[in-house]
Amino acid sequence: MTDSMPTTPEAVRKRAASADARRRRQARPLSRQWRKRGLMAAYIVFVLLPIYWLLNMSFQSNTEILGGLTLWPEDFTLEHYAKIFTDSSWYMGYVNSITYVVMNMAISIAVALPAAYAFSRYQFIGDKHLFFWLLTNLMAPPAVFLLPYFQLYYTVGLFDTHIAVALAHCLFNIPLAVWILEGFMSGVPKEIDETAFIDGYSFPKFFVRIFIPMISSGIGVTLFFLFMFSWVELLLASTLTATNAQPIASVMTQTKGASGIDWGALAAAGTLTILPGIVVVYFVRNHIAKGFALGRT
Amino acid sequence: MTKVRNNRAWWLILPMLLLVAFSAIIPLMTVVNYSVQDVFDANTRFFTGTEWFKEMLNDPALQAAVLRQFAFSLTVLAIEVPLGIGIALIMPKKGWQASAVLILVTMPLLIPWNVVGSIWQIFTRGDIGLMGWSLRELGYGYNITASPVDAWATIILMDVWHWTPLIALLCYSGLRSIPDAYYQAARIDRASKWAVFRYIQLPKLTNVLVIGVLLRFMHSFMIYAEPFVLTGGGPGSSTTFLSQSLTTMAIGQQDLGPSAAFSLIYFLIILLVSWVFYTAIMNMQKDKQDGEA
Repeated sequence: MTDSMPTTPEAVRKRAASADARRRRQARPLSRQWRKRGLMAAYIVFVLLPIYWLLNMSFQSNTEILGGLTLWPEDFTLEHYAKIFTDSSWYMGYVNSITYVVMNMAISIAVALPAAYAFSRYQFIGDKHLFFWLLTNLMAPPAVFLLPYFQLYYTVGLFDTHIAVALAHCLFNIPLAVWILEGFMSGVPKEIDETAFIDGYSFPKFFVRIFIPMISSGIGVTLFFLFMFSWVELLLASTLTATNAQPIASVMTQTKGASGIDWGALAAAGTLTILPGIVVVYFVRNHIAKGFALGRT
Repeated sequence: MTKVRNNRAWWLILPMLLLVAFSAIIPLMTVVNYSVQDVFDANTRFFTGTEWFKEMLNDPALQAAVLRQFAFSLTVLAIEVPLGIGIALIMPKKGWQASAVLILVTMPLLIPWNVVGSIWQIFTRGDIGLMGWSLRELGYGYNITASPVDAWATIILMDVWHWTPLIALLCYSGLRSIPDAYYQAARIDRASKWAVFRYIQLPKLTNVLVIGVLLRFMHSFMIYAEPFVLTGGGPGSSTTFLSQSLTTMAIGQQDLGPSAAFSLIYFLIILLVSWVFYTAIMNMQKDKQDGEA
């Protein structure tokens, strides 16, 4: 008999799934699927249109930009990109930004991992208050801290260094990292810790060898958010730097020359600030698609 | 999860605490210090008590800025949260399309905030911007430097463009963490689409939505770079939000005392709203759990 009943649970499930898929294909009208795709496409067009306009302008010469509206670069030029990659005041902006973002990510994750572990596993005096206090730092508007930061970092001699910006961004990035990591860690059963300790693992060895690999996707998601909030912040970064550690975003604000704004260079520089973000999302896309439920429950 | 009582856990917290304290407590104390003094120069200062606070609370320009700020934050939340959930629901779930859509949708989040301002400045200019030019060709006298309505609409559109992806991203990953069995059970019960959303997806999204809404509220309340680049706070002061009023006062005019008092009021407003929201949601969840138990 070829059409025998399935015997293993695997086979049963597979058969049910295929039957189910067939039924769904028949049941759901095609038009609805297309409506869904249409809406998605419309939203993506909405997202991409302003970015396309930036890209378009970055390939046009300044005379073409100001000469009239063209939907695509008719006089295709790379002069603005060439300018950015040859002028050190431009490209050092990118180097500076990436330097302090990476520093901030390293510092934040290094101190947030043990702290999040403590919050997820132990009860201790003042834990709830401490957690809420941490979150309040997330809510502090950078504008509030502008002046005191400037004075503080100036006094301790860190003004205009990468580490100053990295430390300043810790203000909101460490609480965020603790918040996200704590959620992931609480999802790991405590029995794992206990078994490891019975097996004779010391705490540091357990933490590095067993625990961190188990929450690797949580760390990936956390790093994504750390990158995001440090990369996009401008107010603190530009206040705490002058020339040596100036972020690209604040270099861009100085494109106003004698002859008005250099639109082409502005557009090219803007386009280049989008690229690191795309690289980062590309690396964490699977962690995000896998699904995570943030937050304390 | 039951937690072990262990005060030695403080050692794990300590490095983080020192770092955050360095960047939070010292500056905050400086602000508090300024807010009760009148500073002339490094050596001359007078204690003023609550005078600055009174002055700030009675300043009509700042009151207007606070109202504007609330109007802005509530508007963008009201648009972005439902839209974000909607996007998350229609995002493809498998294959290369899922990755591609994820990357495209996330893009606006990873653009530096003043670049977002620049992008929209370029996009909406009447002479060289696609949107500004198109609207004018269609016969609408679009002008963000003269019309407050246009400026507001553009800033809200920009914020929706910029931040809806955050809600969508959080909801999407929240949705992906729902086991398939839930949907299968719903199909057996012949649950309608709406019922699936209301009783399976939405409850599972509560946590991510709390984080999303809190983050969105806080960030929209601190918005600075985007409107600053796009409209410069104008026309008049119609799009001057709190952060911008504050930086003008602190950096531009160097009024240390008043701006410090203003900072503290500003911070307290965010704290209060977030706390109320957080507690309300947590109580709601607790009630629900008690009800089920």
